[in-house]
Amino acid sequence: MLFVTVFFIIPLAMTLFMSFHDWPLIGEQSWIGTTNYTELAKDRQYLKSLDFTFRYTLLVTPPIFILGFILASLVRHNIRFIGIFRTIFFLPVVIGLGVSSLLWVWMLDQRVGIFNKILLDLHLIEKPQLFLAKPTTAMNVIILSVVWKTVGFTMILLLAGLQSIPDELYESADVDGAGYFRKLLYITLPLMRRTIALALILSVIGSVLAFDQFYIITRGGPRNSTISIVYWIFNNSFTYWKMGYGSAISIVLLGILVTLSSIQYYVLRERY
Amino acid sequence: MTATPLRDQATGFGGLTQQQRRRIRQRALLAIKYFVLTVLAILFLFPIAWSLLNSLKQPSESLAIPPTYLPTRIVFDNYTQLKTFGNYGVVGHVENSAIVALMTVFGSLVLSTLGGYGFARFNFPGKNALFIMVLSTLMIPFQSILIPLFVMLVRFELNDTLPGLALVYITFQLPFGIFLMRNSFLAVPREIEEAALLDGCSSLSLLYRMMLRLVLPGIVTVAIYAFINSWNEFLAALIFMSDQDKFTLPVFLTLVRSGIYGTVDWGALQAGVIVAIFPCLVVFLLLQRYYINGLIGGAVNN
Repeated sequence: MLFVTVFFIIPLAMTLFMSFHDWPLIGEQSWIGTTNYTELAKDRQYLKSLDFTFRYTLLVTPPIFILGFILASLVRHNIRFIGIFRTIFFLPVVIGLGVSSLLWVWMLDQRVGIFNKILLDLHLIEKPQLFLAKPTTAMNVIILSVVWKTVGFTMILLLAGLQSIPDELYESADVDGAGYFRKLLYITLPLMRRTIALALILSVIGSVLAFDQFYIITRGGPRNSTISIVYWIFNNSFTYWKMGYGSAISIVLLGILVTLSSIQYYVLRERY
Repeated sequence: MTATPLRDQATGFGGLTQQQRRRIRQRALLAIKYFVLTVLAILFLFPIAWSLLNSLKQPSESLAIPPTYLPTRIVFDNYTQLKTFGNYGVVGHVENSAIVALMTVFGSLVLSTLGGYGFARFNFPGKNALFIMVLSTLMIPFQSILIPLFVMLVRFELNDTLPGLALVYITFQLPFGIFLMRNSFLAVPREIEEAALLDGCSSLSLLYRMMLRLVLPGIVTVAIYAFINSWNEFLAALIFMSDQDKFTLPVFLTLVRSGIYGTVDWGALQAGVIVAIFPCLVVFLLLQRYYINGLIGGAVNN
């Protein structure tokens, strides 16, 4: 318990404390009041990062959820070999995001990468593409890599939700002559509201905290267009050593996360 | 005219009964399902398989532009190269990662078990408030407290040391671990314990001799999570370690990629990636059930 206090409560208070200081790595720390926060409003890169993080979250969540739902529906029933398929879809989840990013950056490379090779051989492109050189393609390939890495997690959550729906409901719907989409709309989705909310919120939280993929795959580029909010905290605190300013951004991030978690708590508590 | 549709419904085309037709339809659907599943499975396995294949190519072939699909010859040169890679050899970084992971597993197990047992079995003032506090720390992402953690580790002179990093990881694991162990202990009927207490067992020896065996699934789950999370963690390892010889495997591999050791040696890098993936896959494949149960239990209940 002491541990938790020491490593969570104190740091939390310290983050707040430091956010009111000019706190370089070496040299005097000094109280500068809310200057760090007023600086925030003027920091174009900070606003850009915030905007980028939200855009990324909005773009990455739907594919993860939709593919997760399709996968969960496919592996729902215990037909033969289904365990193998479930395992395969889940495998990338246990690989570290850092390591998986290294894998992807290599597959995306314009010279030694497999993607260009396949696309060239299929005559879909004429010369090797620099996927990471343009903001939009960089975003798309990162989304692809993250979907691959995390969709298994969503699948398992949704699968647990799907399997908790009693089969009798579907059987009686069959008797009534309901088709697949009617069953989806009137049985599956309403009964899974909580699971769906949980899966979405966890995926949103994960995306807001994204760092590894941008640090490794795009290194924040092209032209600083893929610097997420955690990346900007990292740069300020551990590259420029402006730890007070980094703390101020951390407080903003914390605010966003606590809001999201509260929504999660509220939604999950509600009984339907 | 009016009779034909009726007869069609009864026997279908080709003289099949409705039941036979339905069975064929179901068979066809199942076949399509397996086909889709197989295609998806191949797509999902592709990056890992591709990386594995490449790591088995000859070093010169790994660097071929454009790349070859299959290795012309299977060799382990890329792996033997790893020994002398960087200042310290990849083996050294694997060791760093393993040391940190083992310390994290050990520390999280001891503290989660004791903490979980305490919350499940003892009453003390402020217990609920404390438990809620532990749980609410699950809401705080570690990304937002990295800066003070860094300052604290520097103050205690633990930055740039493997135990220091393990300490940070243990902290990240604890809220989940305590929560899970508490639930495991609560699931054990009190009667069993009371019988043992009557026989003259003290609480600690009771915990040690009996309870640990009963809550083994919980212990395994905490251990798997501690291992996989600390083995894979990137951001904290990147920040807290500045001495290159002490880098954990993922951070070291990133350094390789950034070309600090000359041109990027993609073959060796993929061999390193495989080394980094391998333990997680083994642990997961062997203990899948515990991992999934922990995921569902942890996610749904917190």
